[in-house]
Amino acid sequence: MLLILSGDSELWAIVLLSLKVSLLAVVVAAAIGMPLGAALAVGRFPGRRLVVVLLNALMGLPPVVVGLLVYLMLSRSGPLGVLQLLYTPTAMIIAQVVLVTPIIAALTRQTVETLDAEYAEQLRSLGVSRLASVPTLVWDGRVALLTALLAGFGRAIAEVGAVIMVGGNINHVTRVMTTTIALETSKGNLALALALGAILIGIAVSVTGLVSLLAVREGQGEMRHA
Amino acid sequence: MRDLLADETFGQPLIEASGLRIGRNGGTLLDIAHLALDGPGPTVILGPNGAGKSLLLRCLHGLITPDCGVVRQGGIPLNAAARSRQAMVFQKPVLLRRSVAANLDFVLKRQKLSRRDRKARIATLLDEGGLEGKARQPARSLSGGEAQRLAILRALARAPDILFLDEPTSALDPSATQRIEAMVLIAARRGTRIVMVTHDIGQARRMGHDIVLMQTGQVAEHALARDFFDAPQSQAARRFLAGALVL
Repeated sequence: MLLILSGDSELWAIVLLSLKVSLLAVVVAAAIGMPLGAALAVGRFPGRRLVVVLLNALMGLPPVVVGLLVYLMLSRSGPLGVLQLLYTPTAMIIAQVVLVTPIIAALTRQTVETLDAEYAEQLRSLGVSRLASVPTLVWDGRVALLTALLAGFGRAIAEVGAVIMVGGNINHVTRVMTTTIALETSKGNLALALALGAILIGIAVSVTGLVSLLAVREGQGEMRHA
Repeated sequence: MRDLLADETFGQPLIEASGLRIGRNGGTLLDIAHLALDGPGPTVILGPNGAGKSLLLRCLHGLITPDCGVVRQGGIPLNAAARSRQAMVFQKPVLLRRSVAANLDFVLKRQKLSRRDRKARIATLLDEGGLEGKARQPARSLSGGEAQRLAILRALARAPDILFLDEPTSALDPSATQRIEAMVLIAARRGTRIVMVTHDIGQARRMGHDIVLMQTGQVAEHALARDFFDAPQSQAARRFLAGALVL
């Protein structure tokens, strides 16, 4: 606890890097996943059901395997080796994007599709075309979509397997909260591990709390006519 | 059947359906040779559950494209322009997850009205629906009756020529039902043509100028309300009325 309160600069650098990597990963994943999810929800094309099943299945991607695949892509002899991204924060962001995009896309698809089932006839009656109804569906699903983003963020910030493989846990470069906790615990430096653990929990809990708060404020009376 | 109402009409029937058919899994859900709604209304579409009342309403409103047949409004096959002059209220009001005012504004914005005009119109509408003071409340926190009144106001915000209502009061208590009926009748008096589905004979008596009785996807009888209730012509109508009166 003293470590947290004393404002240990090394500790806070690690926390900041964690936040930076995971936030960026969520932003990129949202930019890909939300339009993809919304398109899947309202679009009708052959093979759609298969894509939906596949996407849901990808939510459970094992981080270690994602780490391995991204490692293979980025390693010196890999197809993207020339970019020399391995063991950089960018590599960690890429790995987290791969992990988080399916989560955001699948949850977006589910939210928009459920809302669409309820709204479709009414919107059509009001003269809103299928394509034009997407912004309405997204806006009215804002609380659930925010929850999807935060679920993605939770996954990203708590993840250790992929970032340690592609980031390498290099001090001052790619060392984030989870990898530090793993390392320091194995070294027996429990004080730092615990301090970081406390911060990680704090972030996760406040993120979830924020979502619940928003949901309660926005959804007053939601249950009565749900 | 058109002749029956001819004394009340002038020129083309407002809305008519010819040769409408919808089949599913080998069965026929809707089979309407010809139906012309040419009186002043309100028209009440009456019938038991599963008679195809809602299906017919959705066809007339262009929400469902029938397997064959055509719906004409003012003599012209239903198109986007005609549909924009129609509105529909559903059995279960579908309100956007926004404030009461924003639900109305959603429709008004599409009419490209200025901000000030929209505000004034919203205030007028809320006043007419007895929802003044609830403008900023989340729409989905309204009671069942209030929610349906808002749905009707939102439909009326489009200033429709024709307003379709699909059992708008089936989930409401008598006093809420009464307020809805009053709202609809006021709209009718102001010139909106009402076409309303119900299975409630009392409501049909209170609201209907002409009655369309449906049975197993077909129009069993279409007559002026007084004739329909006093001297039903079809076997189906006599049985429906008798059965309902026993209840």
